[in-house]
Amino acid sequence: MTKLNSLTIREAASGLREKKFSSEELVTACLEAIGEKDGEINSFVFVDEDGAYETARLVDKKLADGLTLPLLAGIPASIKDLFNTRGVKTTCCSPILRDFVPPYDATSIEMLKEKGMVMLGKTNLDEFACGASTESSAFGVTRNPHDLTRVAGGSSGGSAAAVAADLCIYSLGTDTGGSIRQPASFCGIYGLKPTYGRVSRSGVTSLASSWDTVGPMAKSVDDIAIILQAIAGRDRRDMTTLDVAVPDYANFIGQDVKGLKIGLPKEYFGEGIDPEVSEMVKNAVKKLEGAGAHVEEVSLPMTKYAVAVYYIAMPAELSANLERFDGIRYGKQAENPEDLMDFYCKARGDGFGDEIKRRIMIGTYVLSAGYFDAYYKKAQKVRTKIIEDFNLAFEKVDVLIAPVSPYPAFEVGAFEGNPLALYMADALTIPANAAGVPALACPVGMNKDGLPVGLQVIGPQFAEGLCLKVGAALEQL
Amino acid sequence: MLTDDQVRHIAKLARVKLTEGEISLFSKQLSDVLDYMEILGEVDTEGLLETSQVTGLLNVMESDELRSAQSTREELLDCSELPVDSKQIRVIRVVK
Repeated sequence: MTKLNSLTIREAASGLREKKFSSEELVTACLEAIGEKDGEINSFVFVDEDGAYETARLVDKKLADGLTLPLLAGIPASIKDLFNTRGVKTTCCSPILRDFVPPYDATSIEMLKEKGMVMLGKTNLDEFACGASTESSAFGVTRNPHDLTRVAGGSSGGSAAAVAADLCIYSLGTDTGGSIRQPASFCGIYGLKPTYGRVSRSGVTSLASSWDTVGPMAKSVDDIAIILQAIAGRDRRDMTTLDVAVPDYANFIGQDVKGLKIGLPKEYFGEGIDPEVSEMVKNAVKKLEGAGAHVEEVSLPMTKYAVAVYYIAMPAELSANLERFDGIRYGKQAENPEDLMDFYCKARGDGFGDEIKRRIMIGTYVLSAGYFDAYYKKAQKVRTKIIEDFNLAFEKVDVLIAPVSPYPAFEVGAFEGNPLALYMADALTIPANAAGVPALACPVGMNKDGLPVGLQVIGPQFAEGLCLKVGAALEQL
Repeated sequence: MLTDDQVRHIAKLARVKLTEGEISLFSKQLSDVLDYMEILGEVDTEGLLETSQVTGLLNVMESDELRSAQSTREELLDCSELPVDSKQIRVIRVVK
C-alpha cells in the first residue's frame, strides 16, 4: 500500500470517506516522514504536532458521525511562514520577527481552516521571501530532496521541498517574482501563481504589494484546483481582490486540448537557457501538439528588461512595507539607544539580514529625490510595455508555455557574494508577475543529472482554469 | 559607483545601522545592481503611462458595516516586546 503521506488530496479524501484510514493516521504518517527526513532537508521551521492532532481528531469524529465535509477536511498541509497563523509563531524567517505570534489568521488560512485543513506547521523561506534559493532564511537553507547538495529554490523553498519529500500533502506559498513556480520546478511538483487579486493577500506579510500573490503547491493539477477553489475570491480585507466569479476549477481537469493555441515565446528559449531545459520543455509541448493543440512561436521582446524592472519596483515597494518593522510594534528592541533614531537604526540593523538590508537600501535609493524619475518611474513605464507584450501575445494564442527557470536546481552557495547573478534566476518568472497573469508550474521530468525540470503554462488574467486544463493534459500525456 | 558616504546616507534614510564592513560590501554590491538597471535606458518609454497596479481597479468602495475585530486589544498589545502601561506600549523617550 502507498504510504499515507505520499497521497494526493483527492486520494487522501477518498480514503478518509471509505474509512481506509483516519486523519489522525495521515498526520502520524507525515510527522514520521518529517522526523525521518527533515533533519537533512530543513523544510519546516516549526511543527505544530499538538495542533495538527487536535484538528485531525475533530475531523475524524465528524466523519465517524457521518457528516458531509469539504474535500480538504482532515488533510495535512504545511504553510509558508509568511502567512499569519493565529496563535502560531510567524517569523517570515527573519530575526526581527523571531518571537512574533500573530493575533489573527490570514484570510487564506481562515478559509482553509473553515474547510477543515490540518496545519502540520510552518515552512522555511528566504527572509521576508526575498530570494530564489531559501538561503537567506534565518533558519538556514532548505535542501532539495532530489539532491541534498542543491537548493530547493525560493522563496517558497520549504513548502516545495516538504511537498516533494511527502512530508505533507500540500502547501500554501506566495509568488512575487517566481517564489511559488521556481521552487516547485526545482523540486518537481506543481505550483500555481494565480492572477493578481484572485486570492486575498490579507494577513500575508507584504513584500511588493502590486506584485504579491498567494497560491497552492501540490502533487497534482487536480489538487491545485481543489486548493485554489478554497481560497479564491473577493475579500473585503484586501481591496485589490476582484469581484470576478470563481469558476468550478475541477471542470477544467480532463478537458480536451484539441484546437488550443499554444505560443512558445522565443525569448524564453534563447540565450542563457540550459539547452537540456529548453529541449525537455519543447518535448512536452510536442505531446500537446500530438493531442491536437496548435503550436506557434511568439515574441515577448520586453522579457530581457523584466529583471531590471522588478529589482527597482520590488525593493521600492518592499522598503515602504518593511518600515513597520521598527522594534516598537514588532521585533526586538535596541539596547542602550542614544535617541529614537538610534533605536530604529539599531533595531533594524540587528533585525534584518544582508539581503533585506540590500533591498531596502535599493528601494530607498530609487525612491529618493533626484532618482525617482530615472529609476522608479522608468521601471513602471517599462512594466507597461511588458504588459503590452502579453496583451499582444494573447491576441494570437490562448496560452504561453515556457521554462520556469533557466536551469535546474543549483548547488547551495553557488551565488554567494553575487546577489545580482542570483536576481537573474528570476528572469523567466518575473514577467507574469509584472503583468498580473496566472502561471502554472508543471514538472516535465528529470534531466540527465536526475534533477527535476519544469515548465510554466501562462494564461491571460483570470484564466487559471485554462492553465489547469493544459497542466492536467500534460500530466496525462 | 556608490561611495561609502552615499551608502551611509542611504542606510540612514532606510533607518538601518551598518558596520564598516557592511558599508564597503554593500557599496560594491549595490553599485553592481544599479549599473545593471541602466539597461532600461534602451527602452523607449516616451508618452507611456506608469503601471502601479495591473487589474484596472479604480476607487474601491465598501459599505460601512460594523464588523467584529479579528483580535482583542490584549492580543495586539502582546505583539510588542515593550512594556505595557495603561493598555498602551511604553516606548523610549522622544523629547529630551
